[in-house]
Order: sequence, then C-alpha cells, then structure tokens
Amino acid sequence: MDDLNVLAVLAGVLAGASPIVLATMGETITEKAGLINLSLDGTILLAAMVAFLVAHDAGSLGLGFLAAALVGAGIAAVVGIAGVYMGQSQVAVGFVLTLMCRDLAYFLGNPYSRIQGPRLAPLPVPGLERLPLLGSLLFRHSLLVYLSVAVIATTWWYLYRTRWGLELRAVGENPQAAHARGIDPKRLQLLHALLGGALVGLAGGAFSLGIKPGWGRPQGAEGMGWIALAIVIFGGWHPLKVALGAYLFAFLQVLGIPLQSWWPSVPAQVFQVAPFPLMILALLLLGLTQKDTLQRWADAHPRVRKLLRSIQGRAPRALGRPYRQE
Amino acid sequence: MDLELRDIHKHYGTVHANRGIHMRVASGTIHGILGENGAGKSTLMKVLSGYAARTSGDIFLDGRAVDTTTPAQANRLGIGMLYQDPLDFPSLTVLDNFSLGRPNRGGGLNRRALAEELTRLCRDFDFDLEPERSLEQLTVGERQQLELLRLLSLEVKLLILDEPTTGISTPQKEKLFGALRRLAAAGMTLLLVSHKLEDIESLCHAVTVLRQGRVSGEMTAPFQLDELVNLMFGTIPAPPPRGAVASGEPVLLLHEATAGGDRAGLGNCTVSVRRGQVVGLAGLEGSGQGVFLRLAAGLAKPVRGSLTVLGTQLKPGDHHGFRDAGVVFVPTARLDEGLVGSLTIAEHCALTEPHPSFRIDWQGAANTAAQRIARFRIQGSADTPAALLSGGNQQRLLLSLMPARPRLLLLEQPTRGLDLEPARWIWAQLRALCADAATIVFSSAELDEIMAFADRVLVFYNGSLVRDLDTRDSDLDDLARAIAGK
Repeated sequence: MDDLNVLAVLAGVLAGASPIVLATMGETITEKAGLINLSLDGTILLAAMVAFLVAHDAGSLGLGFLAAALVGAGIAAVVGIAGVYMGQSQVAVGFVLTLMCRDLAYFLGNPYSRIQGPRLAPLPVPGLERLPLLGSLLFRHSLLVYLSVAVIATTWWYLYRTRWGLELRAVGENPQAAHARGIDPKRLQLLHALLGGALVGLAGGAFSLGIKPGWGRPQGAEGMGWIALAIVIFGGWHPLKVALGAYLFAFLQVLGIPLQSWWPSVPAQVFQVAPFPLMILALLLLGLTQKDTLQRWADAHPRVRKLLRSIQGRAPRALGRPYRQE
Repeated sequence: MDLELRDIHKHYGTVHANRGIHMRVASGTIHGILGENGAGKSTLMKVLSGYAARTSGDIFLDGRAVDTTTPAQANRLGIGMLYQDPLDFPSLTVLDNFSLGRPNRGGGLNRRALAEELTRLCRDFDFDLEPERSLEQLTVGERQQLELLRLLSLEVKLLILDEPTTGISTPQKEKLFGALRRLAAAGMTLLLVSHKLEDIESLCHAVTVLRQGRVSGEMTAPFQLDELVNLMFGTIPAPPPRGAVASGEPVLLLHEATAGGDRAGLGNCTVSVRRGQVVGLAGLEGSGQGVFLRLAAGLAKPVRGSLTVLGTQLKPGDHHGFRDAGVVFVPTARLDEGLVGSLTIAEHCALTEPHPSFRIDWQGAANTAAQRIARFRIQGSADTPAALLSGGNQQRLLLSLMPARPRLLLLEQPTRGLDLEPARWIWAQLRALCADAATIVFSSAELDEIMAFADRVLVFYNGSLVRDLDTRDSDLDDLARAIAGK
C-alpha cells in the first residue's frame, strides 16, 4: 500500500467510526450511571429512519438530527422510567424495545425506501485542510466527524472533571451511599439515560444522513447497536478506551475493502462479517486478563502489570440494579 | 444543637422496629444509644438522618419541629451520620469521596480547594489520608476517618455515629475517640450508637438504652454497668462451661500455604489443628481468616505450600471432594453463599438430601423439614422461603442442613448479627457436636465470642498468622494488640 492509500484508509476509519463513537459514548454515560439501555440496535434504526424522513420532508439536515436525538431520548425515557422509577427489569424492557423499534422503523419508513434525500456534505476546515498529510486525514470531513471527536473529549471531561460527572459515577457505584449524601439517584439516572439516549439517536442520524445515506431495508446500520454495547464492555466503561474500541472496529470494517482486492477468491461476505467475530475474540482476550493466574504472573513483572492495569476495566458496581429506598 | 424525639415509630413491612421512642439530648454532649443487636438503634438513627422515613412521631431541633424525610433535608439542618457499613464509593479516590454530596448546586468542582481543605482537616485531626489514593486501598478505620472529616467540612452540628468501633484497630479507635471528645467540647452534639459497654463508658455523658424497639432506661455518667446490662438484656447472661482441651490426631495441616483473596490474601501459613479442638480465628476483617477457611474448605487453591485435611492430601479447590471427606463450611453471607433466598425450608431439605432420587419425594422433604424445624427450633414452617426468616433462624436452618456427622466444621462468623440468646443456643449445639469428636474452626469479629467458646485462638494480621495462643492463659488486651499488629 502506498502513502495515499494508508491515509485514505485512516481517514475512512475516522469518518466511518463516527456513528459508533456517538452511540458508545451515549451508552457509556448511561451505564456509568448504573442503567443498562439495551435498546441501542432498534433505537439507531428508528432514529436513522426518522432523521431521514424529517430531513427529506423539511429539507433541513439540522431538523433531521434534532429529530433523531429526540427519538433516542424518548426511547431511553421508556427504559429509564420503567427501569428506575417502576423497578422493572432493564434488560427485558430494553430488549423488547429493540425488537419493536426495528420493526417500527421498517414499517413506518417503507414509503421513504430507496429515494433520494439530503446528506451531510464534507466541511473542510479553512487553512488546516491544506496541511500536508494531516489535512486530508483530519480536516476534510463532515461536521459530524468533528462532532464525534469532540463528544469523546467532552464525555471524558464531563465524567472525570465535573461535579455532575462525579455524582453520576457515584450513583453507578453505590446508589444507597449517594442517596445518603443528598443526591437523588433516580433523577440523576433518568437524566443521564436521556442524555445518553440522545447521543445514540444522533448515531442513527449519522448513518442515514451521513455514512450510509438514505433509507431502505436493510439500511446498513443493522447490528451496530449490539456492537456498540460490546464495545462499551471492551473499553471497560472508560470513554477513551471505549472510543479506541470503536475506532478498532471501524478499522476492521474499512480494512475489508483493500483485503478483498488482494484476495479476490475469498467471498466478499467473509470480509463484511469478519469484524464481528474479531470483536468477540478481542472481548475474550480482554476477559483473560481478569484471570487470577495471569494476574499473579503479572504481579511479578511490573511492566506487564502496568499494561494489564491499563486495559482492565470494571463494570459500575450497581449496573442494572434498580435503587430502592429503605 | 438540642435534640428531642417524641413518640417515634418505624415499621419495616410487618416488623415494628421503633415503638414510640422518646429521647432528649443536650447540646455539646456525647449521648450513647445502647442496646443489643436488633434493639432498634440503627433504625432510630436512620430515621433521624433521613435515610429511612419514619412512620410517625416528631423531631425537634433547638425546640423547633423539623422534618427529616430525606438525607438532603437532614444535611441542610446540620445532621450528619457515620453509617455502620461505610456508605462510600470504594472504586473512587479519597478526594472524590470527600467531594461528593456538597449542598451547593452547580456542575463545577474545585478540586484544588477541596484537596486543600482535606489536607488541612487531616492535619488538624492527625489523620493520614492521601487525596489521590483509591478508597479500596484504605482500611475500614481510614474510610471512617475520611467520612468523619467530610461531615465536619459540611459543618454538621449533630453527628450520629453508628457502631464506629466495629472493624477498626485499637490505635484508630483511640484517635477517633480523641477527635469526638474535642468536637463535643467545641459544642457539637454527638450520638454514639453501640452495643459495647466499654465504648459508652469511656466516651458518653449520658446514655439511652433501647430494648426490643422501646426505651428501657436512661442514665447519666458515671454509669452503673450492672444496671446498664440489666436494661439491655433483662437478665445477666453467664458464660457457658468449658471442658478440657482435646488433643487427638491432626485433622488440618497447613505447611507454608499461600493463597490470594480478601484484601491481604494469606501468606506462608503453617499450622496444625487437632481433633476435637475449637479454634477461633481473630483479626480485623479481611486479614486472612476468610482465605484460611476457604482453603480448608476446598473452595480456594493454595498458590504455594501444602494442605492436608483429615489425614489425606485432597485435591486443592475440589470442594465436593472435601465435603465427601467430612468437611463442612458455613459462610457468613448466609443468603449469598449458604442459602437460596427464594427456596422454602422443605426445598432446602430436598436439595441437601444425601442420596437424592430423580423424582423429588416432597412428602419426605416436608417430614425432614418438620423434624429439623422442631430440633433446631426454627421460627417458620416447611413452606417458608429462606429470605423471610430472621437472621438467627437462617443460621439455624444452615446448621440444620449440615451433614449428619461432620468431622471438620468451618464456620465464618457463625453468630454475626445475632442476639445473645440465639448465639448461645447455636454455640451449645456446636459444642455438642465437638464432644462428638468433630473439630471446629471459626472466625469472629467479636473477641468476647472467641474467648468464651474457643480453646485456641489464631490471630491474623495483614494476611499472616501472627499469634497462636491458648485462650485460657491469654487476656483480651494482649489479643487486641496482636490484632492491631503490635
């Protein structure tokens, strides 16, 4: 591969990862607060459909994205109210919503199938776009790509540098203790479910108005919600590691294109599907790092131990357990 | 701040935990709340701190009626509480824990100012807490110190401490008591909840004794201890008789055994336990006793060293093999490791049937359950789910499920959370088993229990076996020092 090709692949990774980045950041925020929103896959599809529909009919991309965010927040509100305030199983509610939203998207979106519509155009950053190498890699993307990078940084800053972020992590760890300190765990969980859901909704819009423009069945975003859920675990609920996982997945996806031209005899489907089992493999490897034997071995090797610590992550302690007052 | 409670009632479902409590506490004093486990002390304090909402009754601060139905409200009124199990966030840092729960709203967080405040408070009280350390690396005592400083920085005027001396070392306790005396002298009102007479005696100006949800009496210093004990229990309990120490063949041999687990793991432990002995494991929680018991039960594997149980080298970590050989392990977390909360007593009997058939004989299980309920005096019926039994009855059920002739009995805090009477009853049963040539190894957080029931005590500190003593010729002070690592 020559330089130009490498740059094209990397730029493609940055662009292609943007919806997954948005979805994983949204889910990271939700899960850090102790709530599991399992409806991601359906939410992304429904938001993608609504975003395309609104953008097409109103002729405004901005309104399309706004509608997508509202859809995401709305579905998250159902999970939040049922799971937090009514004490229902978050997993069951989320799963049913996934199936329902997917079918709803296909059904309601049918009239808009395979028609031309608006899509997000690249927005080169004046001046910076002419930088050698970096220009084409970083600064000739659509607004969405810049936004996705900004969301990563903001999520990290919010979680680890603000008081609200600290309270959010505290509730995800020990809601009883948070309550004893005058924090309202339920309200905080619901608010962050809404915020996280809105980001997941934006991810849907990013598919239908950005990297897989248009609407149809299949849309091309199928399965992405499940992958996003897996990537949050892969990244150990830490926004920066989660983002790294999202880019790794996008890289595996983009890699399929050059690989296919090298080995034309291998069916194209193999390269399309390969990222999914590879992600599972990565999760398994990560799981191995929690093994006692490996930990003990690493304890004797300081450098390995440091590496191991940095890739380990632990789920928020109260994840999925609704809070009940005494 | 003067405090007055009038006719406080609290129901938890069908349990009537506080039954009309009246109490007055004067400003600038340390007031003790004394009572056995389950007397309603913690409930009353949680009502006051807003953690649990009261069913009825009135609370007055400086003569003014106030409402404390949420912790946020209580905080605003200047009430702060140190909970029995530290209500904090182990995965966060010391500074994060210190910063959480400040009343001024807004998203900002001035970490530097907070760190400075924490350092200043630490210096004032001679505590040593590094702001950036993870809370998981701290001892229970240090976590308590942090929580105390946090409450002080919120300028509470009424401080509630629920069993603050549980699980902390002697020097930490002395430091804490020093700090509390200083705060009272500066005009703060303190409520000290305890079931330990020594704590109340050394610290409090006045005391209210609770018994079965009611006030059974009040007293001001100097206290008559006999009278206090009478108020707590009704009658003064006598220690059980003890026979001669048996010394049969060794049933449990550890040679330089090392294993991970708990906070400190267990390192290089060499010890031999003989048949018929009752051995108590003492130490701060997580000092290695739990790992020791799990090694002996075949639930954990040693990384190094060897383990011989009942004269044979069983495969380490093969719990079922250990069970078949006659080793019985009763864990402390009754509902997590020992019983299945939603299954009934009869279902537990069916589960532990030694020679089960594929089709469950429910009639037989119900009969077994009825026999065991009668023999172990369990308050419940064959179709009562385990989760609905009280703590003491859960422990009786666990004991009733033990195989008929255990050879090595491993008990983790067998009477934790039990009142004195049920605890003594359980010990009477256990001693009877021991006379039957069984060996008992148990851990306990209460030194009194070990002194009363064990022939021999092993003291653990920070993952090592540091002392091996005969309980008849050692005194409590000596043991307390060994536990604190001195």
